[in-house]
Amino acid sequence: MTTLLKAENLHTYIGQYHILQGVSFAATQGEVSVLLGRNGAGKTTTLKTIMGLTPASKGTVMFKGTEITKKPTYEISNLHIGYVPEDQAIFAGLTVEENMRVAMRKEDDTTLERQEYILSLFPDLKKYWHKDGAFLSGGQKQMLAMARAFINEGELLLIDEPSKGLAPIVIEKVMEAMTEMKKTTTIVLVEQNFLMASKIGDTYTLIDDGKTVHTGTMEELIANDELQHTYLGIG
Amino acid sequence: MIAKMRGNYLLLTIIIIALALFPFVSDSRTLTILLTQIFIFAILAMSYDVLLGYTGIVSFGHAMFFGIGAYATAIILKKTEPTMLSFFLSIIVGMLLAGIVSFIIGLLTLRLQSHFFAMFTLAVSGLFLVAAEKSRTLTQGNDGFTFRAPEFFADRTTFYLFVLACLLIIFLLLRLFVHSPFGSVLIAVKENETRSAALGYKAIYYKVMSSVVAGVVASLAGSLYVVSLRFVNTSVMGIDITLNALLMTIIGGVGTLVGPILGAAIIQLAQHNLSNLAKTYPIFERWIIFFGIIYILAVIFFPKGVVGTIREKLGRKS
Repeated sequence: MTTLLKAENLHTYIGQYHILQGVSFAATQGEVSVLLGRNGAGKTTTLKTIMGLTPASKGTVMFKGTEITKKPTYEISNLHIGYVPEDQAIFAGLTVEENMRVAMRKEDDTTLERQEYILSLFPDLKKYWHKDGAFLSGGQKQMLAMARAFINEGELLLIDEPSKGLAPIVIEKVMEAMTEMKKTTTIVLVEQNFLMASKIGDTYTLIDDGKTVHTGTMEELIANDELQHTYLGIG
Repeated sequence: MIAKMRGNYLLLTIIIIALALFPFVSDSRTLTILLTQIFIFAILAMSYDVLLGYTGIVSFGHAMFFGIGAYATAIILKKTEPTMLSFFLSIIVGMLLAGIVSFIIGLLTLRLQSHFFAMFTLAVSGLFLVAAEKSRTLTQGNDGFTFRAPEFFADRTTFYLFVLACLLIIFLLLRLFVHSPFGSVLIAVKENETRSAALGYKAIYYKVMSSVVAGVVASLAGSLYVVSLRFVNTSVMGIDITLNALLMTIIGGVGTLVGPILGAAIIQLAQHNLSNLAKTYPIFERWIIFFGIIYILAVIFFPKGVVGTIREKLGRKS
């Protein structure tokens, strides 16, 4: 098993606040690594730090053996690392179609086929194909954000809380899409919905107060009620 | 959707045919000249819309590109035989210079936050204005100079049709530009640089390219403007030109491309008619006050500009 992404002892400040105080984890190729923890633990900041959006003041991020810690965001993205932020980061001034096209790295047959498949999962997007992103509902925006991330054949996909604010039926669709993506793409997932995380995740990293406190396989976490109770408040 | 697009193109075709026929059905030389000025400022305003509406860049120095085109054409036509060849050559020289200047300024400053960029463009534009004033041997400073336009433009109607054709071509080219994948990225960058970077786009590249396109088109407007006057002085680089372009874009509708054309018509007609009223009603000698009132009313009742507000009501973007 090859390690695709390795974050080691990440420290990140946002303004004067020391958010990440030693986050370490690794994502193995072909697996879904889930970052878990309470609200404010530092999961979202970890993804942003990997993407160079909130650069680390200390520590390293290695992708395929190359350090990317200090690279600008657009260069990191061009290494075929996709990112779905938690705030439904679509472009409100662009139509659904334009949002998809902006996200495409290339417009070849494979990508268009993939687009067809994604649209079959999220038919609402097809319905509003020529509508501005501004006119979509919260759930539709999240669907679009997910669809945009799935459009490219990426090597690594960082997804921040894809189930946030979505109806259960849409979560099912998102799960289906992620399961399909998992076949070709390594995923790092931040998810509060433990049920969803446990279904799709292969490994977990527990983050608490900006530090990695536990890592292991998802089976181990499912079997460990104490760990779930202490760090996730479950049970 | 297709029916709406067909409707748009039909309306556009009718307007163009009506404008093209206008000089042949009207004797009014004044109106022909006024419409020519509207077309020229519409080109300038569209160039500003590429910056403001599609890239989110506020520039207080757009007049420098207008001025570069104006001086390139005026100087070349003055120094050489005023033929159509030298006229086209002067347009190319103006566009090249404007492109180079906007590229350098963009590269140096578009990394800055928007208000710093705006102030920087104001400063650089001021430098160009001072340079034009001081280079008296070439520009004759504030006094300016007259020159002869190509014989082909001796007839005002010919020049009118030429400028109308330029407006149409520039409109179609800019429309292609803003509706291309590149244009979509521009809108994405304008909306959120961080998000577009996360998709792999280097914002500075797109901003600089947009700035170059806007500068080159503004230069063409400057070239046409001085030929319409057969005169140039440093006022072509004045802040008034930039503010007019800004007002035309805002009143017509930012990010609509058609809006600035309408804005140019509204502003030019308001300036012309309000100043004309002064001959009868002395109060209109202070026409700029009424002009200000029109602007305030437009912003209150059409916050997204005339075209932007209409499109919002119709619930569509183009």
